[in-house]
Amino acid sequence: MADKRIDEATGTETMGHEWDGIEELNTPLPKWWLYTFYACIAFAIGYVVVYPAIPLINGGTPGIWGWTSRGQFDKEMKAEQAERAPILAALAKTPLDQLPNDPKLMRAAIEGGAAAFKVNCVQCHGAGAAGSKGYPNLNDDDWLWGGTIDQIDYTITHGVRQAADPESHMSQMPSFGKDGILTASQIDQVVTYVQTISGQQKPSAASQAGAAIFEQNCAVCHGADGKGNQTLGAPNLTDAIWLYGGDRKDLINTVTNAHYGQMPNWGGRLDPVTIKMLAAYVHSRGGGVASPAAAPAAADAAPAGEAQ
Amino acid sequence: MNRPDPVAVDHSNEIGLYEKRKQVFPKQIDGTFRRLKWAIMAFCLLVYWGTPWIRWDRGPYAPDQAVLIDLAHRRFYMFNIEIWPQEFYFVAGLLIMAGIGLFLVTSAVGRAWCGYACPQTVWTDLFQHVDRFLDGDRNAQLRLAKAPWGPAKVARRVFKWSIYLLIAFLTGGAWIFYFADAPTLQHEFWTGQAAPVAYATVGVLTFTTFWLGGFMREQVCVYMCPWPRIQTAMLDEKSLLVTYKYWRGEPRGSVKKAEKNPDAFGDCVDCNQCVAVCPTGIDIREGTQVGCITCALCIDACDRVMGQVGRPRGLIDYTTLDDTARELRGEPHTPIRKTLFRPRTLIYFGIWAALGLGLLFMLGHRTRLDLSVAKDRNPEYVLLSSGSVRNGYTVKLRNMEDRPRKMEVTLDGLAAGSMYTDEMEATDASRKLTFEVPADETMRLRVYVTEKGPGAEGGDFSFNLRAMDKEGGTDTERTTFTTPD
Repeated sequence: MADKRIDEATGTETMGHEWDGIEELNTPLPKWWLYTFYACIAFAIGYVVVYPAIPLINGGTPGIWGWTSRGQFDKEMKAEQAERAPILAALAKTPLDQLPNDPKLMRAAIEGGAAAFKVNCVQCHGAGAAGSKGYPNLNDDDWLWGGTIDQIDYTITHGVRQAADPESHMSQMPSFGKDGILTASQIDQVVTYVQTISGQQKPSAASQAGAAIFEQNCAVCHGADGKGNQTLGAPNLTDAIWLYGGDRKDLINTVTNAHYGQMPNWGGRLDPVTIKMLAAYVHSRGGGVASPAAAPAAADAAPAGEAQ
Repeated sequence: MNRPDPVAVDHSNEIGLYEKRKQVFPKQIDGTFRRLKWAIMAFCLLVYWGTPWIRWDRGPYAPDQAVLIDLAHRRFYMFNIEIWPQEFYFVAGLLIMAGIGLFLVTSAVGRAWCGYACPQTVWTDLFQHVDRFLDGDRNAQLRLAKAPWGPAKVARRVFKWSIYLLIAFLTGGAWIFYFADAPTLQHEFWTGQAAPVAYATVGVLTFTTFWLGGFMREQVCVYMCPWPRIQTAMLDEKSLLVTYKYWRGEPRGSVKKAEKNPDAFGDCVDCNQCVAVCPTGIDIREGTQVGCITCALCIDACDRVMGQVGRPRGLIDYTTLDDTARELRGEPHTPIRKTLFRPRTLIYFGIWAALGLGLLFMLGHRTRLDLSVAKDRNPEYVLLSSGSVRNGYTVKLRNMEDRPRKMEVTLDGLAAGSMYTDEMEATDASRKLTFEVPADETMRLRVYVTEKGPGAEGGDFSFNLRAMDKEGGTDTERTTFTTPD
């Protein structure tokens, strides 16, 4: 160890030690750098005091401001709810069939319904509301229980085949094969007839025989012409849409075993405004039927008649 | 143990890594270039402070400010030009033009941008004038800087810094007027109703102007700015640069010395006026260097001294490297026309002008409406009871005029198709729909297109948009109709 001295070549003070002739120059950090470093330390201490920081056995230090991420989230949620309150209040006041008369409110309802749909409905009806086998497609114009905005609202509120809700849609197709009401060949004939009225097959001897069986067993619910009955939730059998599949195998299965599709009664879980918004959204998916009471909403649309 | 000879390293010409800044006190000077600098400075400041206050009548549906960057509504207004976000290529084009323009100017006359038009230069110059106005010229400033701190000096400094702060505040404050209606914002600002971001912007810009213009000054040009590094690549032997003609000036000697020994000295009288007036504090006699911002104030200073001692002007002058060599060989200079108009500058100018003309052409031919179509992917198609197939689309109609317009949407192709929106009944479906699109707005529609079936065919078709007013304008967007396999 030598004493501190000035290095001639650079004019800088040395650190005062030497190894094998190599000396270390004393070039301290710039002042601004040091002060920034000290300021960071001071900031860190302040941060620990003010915000929750030190983990303890049950939770951590709360910090003197009492800030929590959960508290901030609650605050933001409350602010958001306060902002939405006027629209929700207006929605609560407006009867459903009057909704299309107020395009701005209708638009808000559709947007809100789209959000609620993503949370509550996509599990069965799919993200695009296209459904799947056994779960109705909500985009099309075929409705089991009616497609006006009021009817959709009723179906969402009370559900389908919910024993707990006395106002729920209720109906049950008999299991014609399983319960021995019809024989396998009779089922085969009636399926041939159904495929004839839905335009999938040409009339034949088998379909003639099936027509008689249909008349006796099916026409009560599905109607003499097979066009269904929305009061009973009986599907239209003459259109192109099949909830449980429209080919021969699917139809035989349906007649033999029957199906018992259920939908929750959302009235117990969602508030009426959310259900209203859901109804508006589902109605807007392109298949909704106009309410008889509703005034025409599409004032800006050109008169029809150019359609080819 | 052997040590290298300590004298071997010569540090006299280097700036030490931790060397303290030598404050610059540029001397007042008058001359051709100083007057040019005054004019450009006045013009730049006038443009900066004045532009937001120019009114421009745009009717009831758009703001009446001639130049406005309306971030909230995502519009950019510049006199009778209105730019929407999807037309941002105009702004990109202008930025590219600015870049090429910088190349053009630099390759022709060096760092002229730095010397005259750069905001850092303009504001530094402004602050230096404040210094001269309050503290006196260079010598008085030097005296004051060296004087010990006492009540008088503190008072003078505090007063000067508050003037700095006022200028900085006016500078920072003016910036926000480009982003909102200036008279309204001014009122809101003083009554405490403006947005927090407005106050924050003014605060930040006031601080940066105060700090960069009032204190950092030439250090920004020398240490912070990347452009001096790039300019090295932009300059060539034909660029006009501020040059000290060392072959004429050296060796230096005072007038008295030169009188005693004629022929022993060059023209430079070593008066140091070129250094005294330099706003970046460099000595141009050491050659072209990074610190030189080509403001040419040293030419003014040297010409004045040469005139006083009765020697020819132009000891420091705008000269190219080529001409330097020619002058040394005793040949005449290249004509200025040939120096300015050479292949390199002409190519830059060609690119610059082509870009400008291209932008102008696009500006003249753009339509003030726009159609965009996004097809639903979930579900891709919907089968209807009748066997018809329906597809869903999100259609956006943009009306970029500042008045409501009637627009007509039609289908092209898909012979058996018709459409309706989610605000219409399916029974009112048509191949032609008209909409009243509000002024300066985008109308978002959910459109359902149905093709009569059974036997609907998929494939491509187009939505067409046509404005029904006399200005017209059309747009077409091609999209796809999907059917079950």
